[in-house]
Amino acid sequence: MNTRLLIDWTRCEARGLCIELVPEVLTADDWGYPLSRHGDVTLPIPAPAIRYAEEAVRECPRLALRLIED
Amino acid sequence: MTSTQLDAALWALGRGTGVVALVLLTISICLGIVTRSRQRFAGLPQYGLTAIHKTASLTATALIVVHVTTLLLDPKAQLRLVDTVVPFTSTWRPLWLGLGTLGIDLLLLVVTTSLLRKRIGHRTFRLVHWATYLLWPVALAHALGTGTDAGTWWMDALAASCVASVLAMAWWRLGPAFGTPIRTSAADRLQHPEALRTADLGRRVALVGQPARE
Repeated sequence: MNTRLLIDWTRCEARGLCIELVPEVLTADDWGYPLSRHGDVTLPIPAPAIRYAEEAVRECPRLALRLIED
Repeated sequence: MTSTQLDAALWALGRGTGVVALVLLTISICLGIVTRSRQRFAGLPQYGLTAIHKTASLTATALIVVHVTTLLLDPKAQLRLVDTVVPFTSTWRPLWLGLGTLGIDLLLLVVTTSLLRKRIGHRTFRLVHWATYLLWPVALAHALGTGTDAGTWWMDALAASCVASVLAMAWWRLGPAFGTPIRTSAADRLQHPEALRTADLGRRVALVGQPARE
């Protein structure tokens, strides 16, 4: 079971909450948009960070995030 | 406690909760503008700003529930139940009290749509959230128009600082510099050099998007 973060790029406006909450997975590009920190574009979330990723999904001001399990 | 003392206590509680709710609503609207701007403020991260924005609004809502309840129980206020929902129908200062009622209606609308943001969708949420720009002046007018403490030096000073804060934030919000992209990420990358290596790869993610399913 793999938990991954999905970013809806049509909604994202680079508010940056997700980058603060899941720094293990995300960093910011020059414009403040989330960027995979380690280059894995499927954005797998390590187990200890899942609760923070869930908080990011809840609190994203643009409702641009989703967690999927596969 | 005698009934006079109880009345005095209720009256004080009603006034106090109203004043503090106004301050919290001011903090909330200011921080709402700050979070929308993507700028940092007072060294707080975006998540922190959002959390305070949310907490301030919900605390103000709770205080207003106390504010209304105490004034309903207070014989001096002569508030009827209907006055808490339908504005401008009270016998006592219908305009100024009615503004308070209108403020409650707007606050409940904004808070409910915020809590149900996922359910109703972002577009509706954002549209309704603009009502805060009506809610805040309505609450201020209510406080100054019928507040027992209006006219005291401390209440006037408090109201003046609230107005100054919101006007300053609104000025900034409507100005050309608002919402210009920040480049804090350069500093972030210096702190996390490993991100430099993946930056190009990651930017491609931003452009192409993610595969929906593996």
